[in-house]
Amino acid sequence: MAASTLFDKVWKAHEVVPETAATPAVLYIDLHLVHEVTSPQAFSVLRSLKLPVRRLDRTLATMDHSTPTTTDQVFGKVPIKVDAAAKQVRQLEQNAADFGVELFGMRDARRGIVHVISPELGASRPGMTIVCGDSHTSTHGAFGALAFGIGSTEVGHVLATQCLLQRKPKSFAINVEGKLPPGVTAKDLILAIIGKVGVSGGTGHVFEYRGSTIRGLSMDERMTICNMSIEAGARAGMVAPDEVTFAYLDGKPRAPKGKDWEESLARWKQLASDPGAAFDLSVDIDAAALEPMITYGTNPGMVVPIGGAIPHSAGDAIHDKALGYMGFRGGDAMLGKPVNTVFIGSCTNGRLEDLEAAARVLKGRKVASGVHLLIVPGSQQIKRDAEAAGLADVFRAAGADWRESGCSMCLGMNGDTVGAGQYSLSTSNRNFEGRQGVGARTLLASPLTAAASAVRGRITDPREFL
Amino acid sequence: MEPLRIVRSRTVVVPLANVDTDQIIPARFLTTTTKEGLGKQLFADWRYRSDGAPNPDFILNQAPALGCQVLVAGRNFGCGSSREHAPWALLDYGIRAVVSTEIADIFRNNSLKNGLLPVIVDEATAKWLIEHPGADVSIDLESATLTLPTGVAVPFPIEAFARHCLLNGVDELGYLQSKLADIERYEASRPSAA
Repeated sequence: MAASTLFDKVWKAHEVVPETAATPAVLYIDLHLVHEVTSPQAFSVLRSLKLPVRRLDRTLATMDHSTPTTTDQVFGKVPIKVDAAAKQVRQLEQNAADFGVELFGMRDARRGIVHVISPELGASRPGMTIVCGDSHTSTHGAFGALAFGIGSTEVGHVLATQCLLQRKPKSFAINVEGKLPPGVTAKDLILAIIGKVGVSGGTGHVFEYRGSTIRGLSMDERMTICNMSIEAGARAGMVAPDEVTFAYLDGKPRAPKGKDWEESLARWKQLASDPGAAFDLSVDIDAAALEPMITYGTNPGMVVPIGGAIPHSAGDAIHDKALGYMGFRGGDAMLGKPVNTVFIGSCTNGRLEDLEAAARVLKGRKVASGVHLLIVPGSQQIKRDAEAAGLADVFRAAGADWRESGCSMCLGMNGDTVGAGQYSLSTSNRNFEGRQGVGARTLLASPLTAAASAVRGRITDPREFL
Repeated sequence: MEPLRIVRSRTVVVPLANVDTDQIIPARFLTTTTKEGLGKQLFADWRYRSDGAPNPDFILNQAPALGCQVLVAGRNFGCGSSREHAPWALLDYGIRAVVSTEIADIFRNNSLKNGLLPVIVDEATAKWLIEHPGADVSIDLESATLTLPTGVAVPFPIEAFARHCLLNGVDELGYLQSKLADIERYEASRPSAA
């Protein structure tokens, strides 16, 4: 048998009907994650066709995108301030109740960002197919799952049939070798990868992140990497499951137990790409040569090492428009530029290790005067863990704003926004125009860089604090 | 869905590359629970000034754009968020086809599901279209060709099944439901803990 990639194996195992020239594959979906923003129209379709949700046991809903992060709003002391968001929350509650879908609702202790809670439950596992009406579904690929974002029409398809019509994407190996230097994180690595591959370099492909550097990363770090696969245009990003994956999953609430665990483990160990498996494309990255990275423009591929300067335009309209929007000039150094808001959180960098990294810098220090540091944990579980570990005390003592979980300022749907013209150093995934608020200027970086820059009030190399 | 075969229209050109779905429809408008009415907010932050008045510099606010059903865009159109609100907003505004050298995967899928045609053309054709805004073009889905006013017919790739569904107004959900026996057989064959 020909050598297969991890992606080939997962794809093959989920073909209900293989693709032909005339028809795409019918691909089975093991886990469907649902949230309040992209599901209402899909439930409406089911309602109008009088269809049930086919597999309630493979469907899990939560609310994260438009939910408030202040404790009073989350726990009902005061009404949700954004009316339309409150309406979406009620709509999901109604849809979940009508169709019998399991929902981690507003006050549920298990609520959080959809891509954070599924892994921490042990619901995202090797070899699965996982979809959600959200492009950052690629996060779950860290477990060796094939996980990708879909639109609301396809959300309806999965609710009704547990399947999707899909053409098989191509494969793309991202080979990373070497040891990440101190102060250089998984976020810096994925920003460097996007800078190298380009924001559409992965279109039509599924990434597999490979090599000694990737094998040396924790699950939280692997999730940060896979999360941003879509920012390079890739359909999904995957990492072969290994002992790190298995140790993370062992004992998680929804991980298999006993005999099922042993059987699963045996299957999971077969998933890694076979030696000699061919990829359609590949790129090599030297991790040891990397520095902390920061974006300067309006897409995640416009990125430089933090000590670097903004490239000069070569008559490139995108570059000029981006710099005009950001208020920057070609040749400007990134270090020392002022920041107004710092956001630490999101499905990219809202997990416990991210908060620990931020706390390492913030411990015993204060946020610079005039800077708003917003720290939003990825889930209520992470909030509790961070409080138990004393991280929240560090944040509060530093003058940070410590909130309930959610997507928050990553996309500003819930009222957590950045003002027009203001600079936001953010650990999230997108620096698009207006992403964090109308006219907001976003700079993407790691939690270490974010914390260091919050302390100085200027873009700061985190290695100064380590 | 209504069958779709031909789109004939003048073009409106947004030549920038990497137009992301946050630009097509900003997140603050995603709090709707329906598909309708999003056309007003299409390209909202480029189309309107902060006081809500139309920005006269943006192409959609200029007279030649009125009634155009074909949007010509720079490469990698529709990147970023998976929000289907992006094709919904374009369709609600009146756009029926998007032409670019490269269209992002999720946006392309979402467009096909709603009768918005993603038309991928070669660099030379894209360059010609960008340099000739307002050109009268004809897009024929049956033959998968875009015909320029010069008479040149440019073929474009389109997934065979999506094309079949669009041409015949076939709903993909209905097709998936027709595979129920296969789905049940597949489910029965899985290991219990998978």
